[in-house]
Amino acid sequence: MAVNVKPDQPEYYNHEQLTQIDYRPPAQAWESRPVTIRPGSFLHPAKPKGASSLGLPHPRQWSPMDEDWKLPADWKEIIITGMKERLEKYRSFKIFMDTCVRCGACADKCHFFIGSGDPRNMPVLRAELLRSIYRNDFTLTGRLLGTLAGGRELTVDVIKEWFAYFYQCTECRRCSVFCPFGIDTAEITMMARELLQLVGVSVNWIIEPAANCDRTGNHLGIQPHGMKDTLEFFADEIEELTGVRVNVPINKKGAEILFVTPSGDLLADPGTYTCMGYLALFHEIGLNYTWSTYASEGGNFGLFSSADLMKRLNAKIFAEARRLGVRWILGGECGHMWRVVHQYMDTMNGPADFLDVPVSPVTGTRFSHARSTKMVHIAEFTADLVKNGRLTLDASRNDRLRVTFHDSCNPARAMGLIEEPRAVLKSVCRNFFEMPEETIREKTLCCGGGAGLGAGENMEVRLRGGMARGLAVKHVRDAHGVNRLATICAIDRVTLTTVCDYWAPGVKVAGLHELVANALVMKGQKKRTHDFRHEPLDPES
Amino acid sequence: MDVPGLCLFFGVIVPSLAVVSFFGGFAWKAIGWARSPVPFHIPITCGQQRSLPWIRSNRLDNPHTPMGAALRVALAVLLFRPLLRNTMTEIYAGPKLTYAPSRWLWLFAVMFHWSMLVIVLRHLRLFVEPVPAWVLTLQRFDRFFEVGHPVIHASTVLFVLGLGLLLLRRLSSPQLRYISILNDYFPLFLLLGIGATGTLLRHYSNSDAAAIKEFVMGLVTLSPLAVSGIPALFYVHLFLVSVLLAYFPWSKLMHMPGVLMSPTLNLANNSRAVRHVNPWNPPVGVHSYAEYEDEFRGRMIEAGLPVDKL
Repeated sequence: MAVNVKPDQPEYYNHEQLTQIDYRPPAQAWESRPVTIRPGSFLHPAKPKGASSLGLPHPRQWSPMDEDWKLPADWKEIIITGMKERLEKYRSFKIFMDTCVRCGACADKCHFFIGSGDPRNMPVLRAELLRSIYRNDFTLTGRLLGTLAGGRELTVDVIKEWFAYFYQCTECRRCSVFCPFGIDTAEITMMARELLQLVGVSVNWIIEPAANCDRTGNHLGIQPHGMKDTLEFFADEIEELTGVRVNVPINKKGAEILFVTPSGDLLADPGTYTCMGYLALFHEIGLNYTWSTYASEGGNFGLFSSADLMKRLNAKIFAEARRLGVRWILGGECGHMWRVVHQYMDTMNGPADFLDVPVSPVTGTRFSHARSTKMVHIAEFTADLVKNGRLTLDASRNDRLRVTFHDSCNPARAMGLIEEPRAVLKSVCRNFFEMPEETIREKTLCCGGGAGLGAGENMEVRLRGGMARGLAVKHVRDAHGVNRLATICAIDRVTLTTVCDYWAPGVKVAGLHELVANALVMKGQKKRTHDFRHEPLDPES
Repeated sequence: MDVPGLCLFFGVIVPSLAVVSFFGGFAWKAIGWARSPVPFHIPITCGQQRSLPWIRSNRLDNPHTPMGAALRVALAVLLFRPLLRNTMTEIYAGPKLTYAPSRWLWLFAVMFHWSMLVIVLRHLRLFVEPVPAWVLTLQRFDRFFEVGHPVIHASTVLFVLGLGLLLLRRLSSPQLRYISILNDYFPLFLLLGIGATGTLLRHYSNSDAAAIKEFVMGLVTLSPLAVSGIPALFYVHLFLVSVLLAYFPWSKLMHMPGVLMSPTLNLANNSRAVRHVNPWNPPVGVHSYAEYEDEFRGRMIEAGLPVDKL
């Protein structure tokens, strides 16, 4: 262990130690096994400021390391009432509490279990943390027989255990693909997190971004003029690289299309290159579109917190589309944003009857699969452009890259956006290699940092959670010399950078549209010598 | 009614209560589930969605129509399709992870569930008069060894074998032992008991099939009779079946209707094409554009961004 390295830094963790994993469970039953909360394993609690500004219950200063979590006096009643209410509101919750047979098919499918061997990270047991309380308080057999029927009394230790383990779930849904009954751990984690929030137990990495989204429109808290500066800066960069000055339409009324993408791509490399890619592409095809500063966040931190908060943050997208008078909405590369757009937005904030069924102004393709929500994924949009030959692409500009593709959890398992990004990718780079079959498409492995886990303080959890993905990347790096991991998720672009640096050094992460922009031949461009990262296209020269 | 003592208790009262518990509990539970709405459209998708016409979508695992979703559920119920995907993850020095196909659970589950269905259907010969032709046909197809009399049915062998292997699997894997609770072992032993007593009744006791049928017909026509020639073993078998029926709705055995009603499986992946309605969709306070502009108007004007109110 290096000196002066803290548990929130990857260097703190020794490869040997992290990979000494024993999948055999301990002798002591989980019900009586204490939960260890140590630095590197937990997320910082929500600060009172963010929680209060969102009007969340019981904001307070507390620490998971303390014995006393300062729960409200009637915390038990709040949790039980909250469970009752949610059982009545969600059929999924009821059925998932009742039907599990503990067959164990899910057990070794969770990336956190694979990377830690901690039995509570088996999805079945993660659900049992909640199910045991359900049986005790809501079922006949549990009320009569208690522990004999698998019931467990709700105590403060249970709350601590929930906090530890429902924030070691990225709601990635990999386990549910293997469940014979489709029991969705993401749904169970969402319920547990809502319950924890009722007693003021939530994490700052979710609540502060959510509070920022609420006020400034994006999770980074970028104000309107700041967003303009950033996009103009990207335009300068693009001009320097290509010789073409792209336009940056912002809050433009009467534009045909509203473009919404995760704000992370405005600030953090390598997402910024993807953002520049959007600007270059939209300019090249002459798209009549606009950015919005009010709805400047596609990502939705409400999804990781509560349905109400999700709805509240998501509402801005349709509201802004209405205000600006656009015809339809185009969404950028993001994972959980698309879970919300595809499965929740229309239900929560629709109907979008003031918008038109999306039609590509370039190819005339009608996106009838999005005819109700009126929002199209950029990979669908660009795949259609490529297929119709509307882009001039010079894939050789990506020749020094040997690329693999990471399916992000939500586009893969809550949408099925599998072939669109691949079709685009194969048209813009000539060296493409898939990772092993069991680690891609619907079986894709999570980055380990989604659903609000992408902070620094829980680095051990992230590295362990990212191990399975990291080792699959390492496999293609060693077998095919892969040096670039393409992905269509803003969280991935940040978290997988950490994961690859740790588990598969030498592999860098890129967004799909960064690679598109590298290959895109633009009208009036100068001779391209560098890619969008300012790296020379031909390393020899 | 002229049935004496113990026979009355084990032959009439217990089975009647069990049937009430089964149907009543089953309906209560399933209706209870149905009373909670499905607020959000949350299918788990496997494989390609239906989007652009030139991309082939996966109709079975990512259905985009209700019919497709029904087919997906049917395949999950009849063939246990999700279990066919099962893998076993192992870690080796290096470190290296492997994901080997693992279909034992699928095999054992199919053996047990399908043979149980066949056995239940075969039992219709005791409940219905005249015995329907298809039940007799089923019995004929179920013949395993033609030698001896009565013949041994394939379903009997597969039922006991399937159950035994499921139990062995649960006991031999340390992970499974760790997650198992009493409710996981109890039905396995109960079903093994039912299988054992049933097999003994058929093959080793001097049971009089005609007498048993007469007794059962009395029960189902709600006019129980005292019938002679029924061995005590039959009452043991009947008692265990009664316990199973009574226990069923209050246990994990409700996965049977549960899989049909699971919103992650039975919804089509068409949520951007067809709006899904949430009956309790709550109003939430949204930070409006007007409020936003009020806060940032000065800076927006300074930056040359358009504003609604000057």
